[in-house]
Amino acid sequence: MIELRDVSYSYGGEALLRDLSLDLGPGSFHFLTGPSGSGKTTLLKLMYLELAATGGTVEVFGRDAAGLGRDDIAMVRRRIGIVHQDCRFLDHLPVRDNIALPLDTAGQERQGHQGELDELLSWVGLRPRADATPPELSGGERQRAALARALILSPDVILADEPTGNLDWEMSLRLLTLLVELNRLGKAILIATHDLNLIRQAKAQVAARVIRIRSGRLEMAGADL
Amino acid sequence: MNLVPRTLALLRGDPRADRVVPPTGFTAHLTVFTAAAMAFLAVFALALSLASARLADRWGEALAQSATIRISAPADQLAVQTAAVLRVLEETPGVVSARQLDDAEQARLLEPFFGPDLPIGSLPLPRLVEVVEGRPGYDGEGLRLRLRAEAPGAVLDDHSRWRRPLVAAAERLNRLGLAAIGLISLAMAAMITLAANAALSANAQVIGVLRLVGARDAYVARAFVRRFTLRALAGAAAGTGAGMAAVALLPPAGEGAGFLTGLGFRGAGWLAPLLIPPVAGVVAFWATRAAAFRALREVT
Ligand SMILES: Nc1ncnc2c1ncn2[C@@H]1O[C@H](COP(=O)(O)OP(=O)(O)OP(=O)(O)O)[C@@H](O)[C@H]1O
Ligand SMILES: [Mg+2]
Repeated sequence: MIELRDVSYSYGGEALLRDLSLDLGPGSFHFLTGPSGSGKTTLLKLMYLELAATGGTVEVFGRDAAGLGRDDIAMVRRRIGIVHQDCRFLDHLPVRDNIALPLDTAGQERQGHQGELDELLSWVGLRPRADATPPELSGGERQRAALARALILSPDVILADEPTGNLDWEMSLRLLTLLVELNRLGKAILIATHDLNLIRQAKAQVAARVIRIRSGRLEMAGADL
Repeated sequence: MNLVPRTLALLRGDPRADRVVPPTGFTAHLTVFTAAAMAFLAVFALALSLASARLADRWGEALAQSATIRISAPADQLAVQTAAVLRVLEETPGVVSARQLDDAEQARLLEPFFGPDLPIGSLPLPRLVEVVEGRPGYDGEGLRLRLRAEAPGAVLDDHSRWRRPLVAAAERLNRLGLAAIGLISLAMAAMITLAANAALSANAQVIGVLRLVGARDAYVARAFVRRFTLRALAGAAAGTGAGMAAVALLPPAGEGAGFLTGLGFRGAGWLAPLLIPPVAGVVAFWATRAAAFRALREVT
């Protein structure tokens, strides 16, 4: 559903990412690792079209990203659930409205999705906090809210950047279970994380591939994971 | 794309879409105040423009048929001199047409003074020739000189020609009024653009989040456009109301004062300022829309 072919990216100076190829097909499950500053977030931004590759091609849902207009990009993002590394909410709106925001911007009636909204809130354990605003949440609560928002439109692809960075182990497992469940429904999932325990736990449940960015290139992680 | 339903939909709005942008306190007040002040000024510019147009019309009409040539001569020369006058007029640049008034018309002119039974034929009345002047007009002194040479009994009576520069002035005033309205619109567009830019950059985060979750540019722009359009409409409505009240309450200067009596609206002219709020709305709509799409170019 998202395919990178020989993609390079540079923020201006030396290339940060070089000749990366990666295919997120339906039902695939990837973990993306690499040292801090290696370009994980950048790679994700290339996938959800916040950045345009400086070399190679990015194909999303069968279309070349270079040929997409701004409205096309918006349409693509409705099919990609994004958990941003620093979450990014509308701080003046309650959590419930933030999670429902993709419904509103996509012009879908919230009534029809009330059940999903409540279910998601329960899953991520934010039902009691639904009326708080994001700045009133803890770091972990914000991450859970970001995940719930990423899932509300039931996207085909889920890109999560450090979704468990601030979560305790129990809550991390709970979110992982949710993602594994969605993966079984055919969604493509990519999680950027440093959390090796989480990766091990996931590999016990699904056929997850682990890729690592090292000096600008992608490599498959060894069997030790 | 049908403009009216789209406009109505914009004004009615979607309360949920409105809330995605936090309230923008001072830019809101700035917009309302600017729109009100500009509308207030526009009412006066409009009143000035309409009044001067009226004045130019009234005076222009009076001018058009104002000149007459009176020919007083002994009975045996009257016809010859009249013919000479008409010939001279025919050759004078700036004269559109000239026409000798017949007996019946002359009788009608005199009727108010002497009653209907005046025996025109038996009186040594002067002949009257009506001169319709074009634009540019004729050279009064030159015409006088020629008449003196060719028809000594002819007197050019053009006492209302002095108004001609006034008509020109009134027309200029009318155009100035319209130019002022244009400038007011531009100034308002500029102020609203500034206010919208302030609101947009204060909300750069919000715009980024909206794009991130798949909002189209039109959705993001609408949230701002609706706000500023409504504020401009409301402000302009208040300003227009105040301006119209002020014009209505202008102290009457009395008929003799000429110009000042004319400042204000007459009859259907009172409907003209009602156009100001919608125009302000349209100006705000386009100014904000342009600003929003410009700001959105910075966000992927
Ligand atoms: N907008 C930018 N302009 C210039 N350089 C940038 C920009 N964003 C990121 N970088 C640089 O690119 C490199 C990769 O950043 P990126 O955020 O992709 O790393 P990351 O792998 O996600 O790191 P982390 O694990 O800490 O989140 C870093 O060195 C960062 O400083
Ligand atoms: Mg990162």
